[in-house]
Amino acid sequence: MRESKLGLDFTKVDYAKQLAKNISNDVQTFVDSYSTVSVERTLCRLMGIDGVDSNEAPLPNILVDFIKDKGMLKHGVLFLLGNAIVATGLSPQEIAEKTSTNELDITSLPLCEKEKAYKALQPYIDSSINRIAGNRKKREDFIKNNSEGEKPYLYVIVATGNIYEDVIQAQAAARQGSDIIAVIRTTGQSLLDYVPYGATTEGFGGTFATQENFRIMRKALDEVGEEVGRYIRLCNYCSGLCMPEIAAMGALEGLDVMLNDALYGILFRDINMKRTLVDQYFSRIINGFAGVIINTGEDNYLTTADAYEEAHTVLASDLINEQLAFAAGLPEEQMGLGHAFEMDPELENGFLYELAQAQMTREIFPNAPLKYMPPTKFMTGNIFRGQIQNALFNAISIWTGQGLQLLGMLTEAVHTPFMSDRYLAIENAKYIFNNMKSIGDEVEFKKGGMMQNRAQSILEQSIALLKRIDQENLFDAIEKGIFADIKRPKDGGKGLSGVFEKDEHYYNPFIDLMKGKR
Amino acid sequence: MSTGLYSTDKKDLSNELNLKEIKPYGDTMNDGKTQLSFTLPVQCGDEAIEAAKQLMKKMGFENPQVVFYKELTKGFTFFNCYGSCTHNIDFTTIVVPKVDTSVMTMDETDEYIKQNIGRKLIVIGASTGTDAHTVGIDAIMNMKGFAGHYGLERYDMIEAINLGSQVLNEDFIAKAIELKADCLLVSQTVTQKDVHIKNLVELVEMLEAEGLRDKVILCCGGPRLNLELAKELGYDAGFGMNTYADNVASYMAEEFVKRMK
Repeated sequence: MRESKLGLDFTKVDYAKQLAKNISNDVQTFVDSYSTVSVERTLCRLMGIDGVDSNEAPLPNILVDFIKDKGMLKHGVLFLLGNAIVATGLSPQEIAEKTSTNELDITSLPLCEKEKAYKALQPYIDSSINRIAGNRKKREDFIKNNSEGEKPYLYVIVATGNIYEDVIQAQAAARQGSDIIAVIRTTGQSLLDYVPYGATTEGFGGTFATQENFRIMRKALDEVGEEVGRYIRLCNYCSGLCMPEIAAMGALEGLDVMLNDALYGILFRDINMKRTLVDQYFSRIINGFAGVIINTGEDNYLTTADAYEEAHTVLASDLINEQLAFAAGLPEEQMGLGHAFEMDPELENGFLYELAQAQMTREIFPNAPLKYMPPTKFMTGNIFRGQIQNALFNAISIWTGQGLQLLGMLTEAVHTPFMSDRYLAIENAKYIFNNMKSIGDEVEFKKGGMMQNRAQSILEQSIALLKRIDQENLFDAIEKGIFADIKRPKDGGKGLSGVFEKDEHYYNPFIDLMKGKR
Repeated sequence: MSTGLYSTDKKDLSNELNLKEIKPYGDTMNDGKTQLSFTLPVQCGDEAIEAAKQLMKKMGFENPQVVFYKELTKGFTFFNCYGSCTHNIDFTTIVVPKVDTSVMTMDETDEYIKQNIGRKLIVIGASTGTDAHTVGIDAIMNMKGFAGHYGLERYDMIEAINLGSQVLNEDFIAKAIELKADCLLVSQTVTQKDVHIKNLVELVEMLEAEGLRDKVILCCGGPRLNLELAKELGYDAGFGMNTYADNVASYMAEEFVKRMK
């Protein structure tokens, strides 16, 4: 028997989840028959293809574009690659290199039986699967032998643009008590249809996500983790046009947390919805297998829409995101569903409404490590009030058992965090988390009071919204601007030309190997 | 803390406000009291504290006090400090040059358009020619905006249409006609061999040939562009580094109203 401090009727919660499931099933029917250039490039990477040509173009792009130009992409890259291994005796990496220098046309080789091609791929498939599983085990062993931070995990951001500078900031933050370090990506990376290569030292408002940068930071966090005796999680951004590629690169390099939300890309980056929902499915399969906690981006809705008025759209989106994640085999324990502390500080009893919403989200997703985002919209440059806003945010988090606490910075809206800003944020959170540790166990809410009514009414409104979306479908609903007041057309946005329908020969064994497995 | 809570030293301060010599105010006129915090890249210790005090003296603070310090990580020490500022400013001679258009916030711009124009401004933007960079135009137009400055798509009173990158000048103009655009925004990031100049000039010439040049507000932007260069190329305005959607939106709204008169 589930108990609710808010008097939530769990038959209504179940009904809301069923509606979300219908919506997700509808999306999945579409997703199952399509693939994208980025999914194919991901498969190249999982076959061990890496590196760039003399023009800095990544080899996975070169190979996939080559096949696309020949009109053969509908078969998928893997069959052609397996066939090429059989015909030439070369490795996938060598095949990609020879494609880049025009020495090989893998679309014009004699065709072997498909079982033979699949068999040729097997060692490369095993190698990736074992490496990813190995990273997962390494993380679990480290935590078993040392420790990890208690939830809510303290989550901070570094964003210098230079990966080596990021390392210094990240290690400092870990020593101060952070549990998760997110390396913010450079402005606009989500819109690049390729993943840059190598270690990078220049970025705008962040650092390029590259596999080498992942490796450098993972190593730095392992070092500092040993030093402090605590596992330090690494977070990056598995969103935008290269969603599944970043998932694969992160899985190969032992990342722990990934922002991973198609809805965010559609609404806030104008990425085509078909493209990114197909990409998201495969990326979530990979993240699920790699033990990566995903973060969804509902908090962003509240930077455009009002947090009081639009709370139900956040819940509805969380419910849909949960079902889309289930469809990709991602377990609840890895679902960092998003919400945010973004109510106008001038609102009377705003704290109580925030508390009700956070508690409601906790009860509706009892096993998910919810990702709670700090105030940003109403941070003003008055750093003294900012510190108080962050304190209220921290109080709600410990009270309602949030999972990932993205720490608010008192200088939000002023500059990217100074080392001292991060220290003050960690100090703030630690003080409150310790001082109010068991408040959630000790305090109940008044029956029929303001908070109970608030939570119940948000659930009702979410159900009404989900019904509407279910009657149409998610694609049409987004077209009509149902989330965050933003409208996006089905065939608009970036990346649509990279979407294609799979033919009957299409082959992607990773879906079965990874989905729902560990 | 034995010092700093209540100041007991004798003060030789005039407690009159003198606008010719203003300085910070703590609790007594002309006390110069200032709070500041900073981090020094040194290990924590007496030397670090002394360094912080000496630095404050160099900054022009008398009686520097380090009231809190903490080593953030090995080799970096954070300080909270107070001191009395020795400098002053003649407030009576201050002149601030006011620019033609003020920069309004998003809400102010929306309200301004509502009041003065009474309909949405139609704005189309693109990265034109061969330029594949959308970073600039996206920073100005996308909902999310850039560096905390929301993009034009988020404005209630602006209909913002972002055509993306590699848009040919002729397609850009065709779209401007189709949508009856009030303002055109062109982003140019790549500057190799002055390709951005050629592109920008070509657009102006084509607009003139179509008889459209005077009917639209034409702006360009990019890291190597500025107002001076923009004017020289025949644009109404140019936006370079460190300008955001707020700057562009305020300018467009005020320029549009100016032209209505």
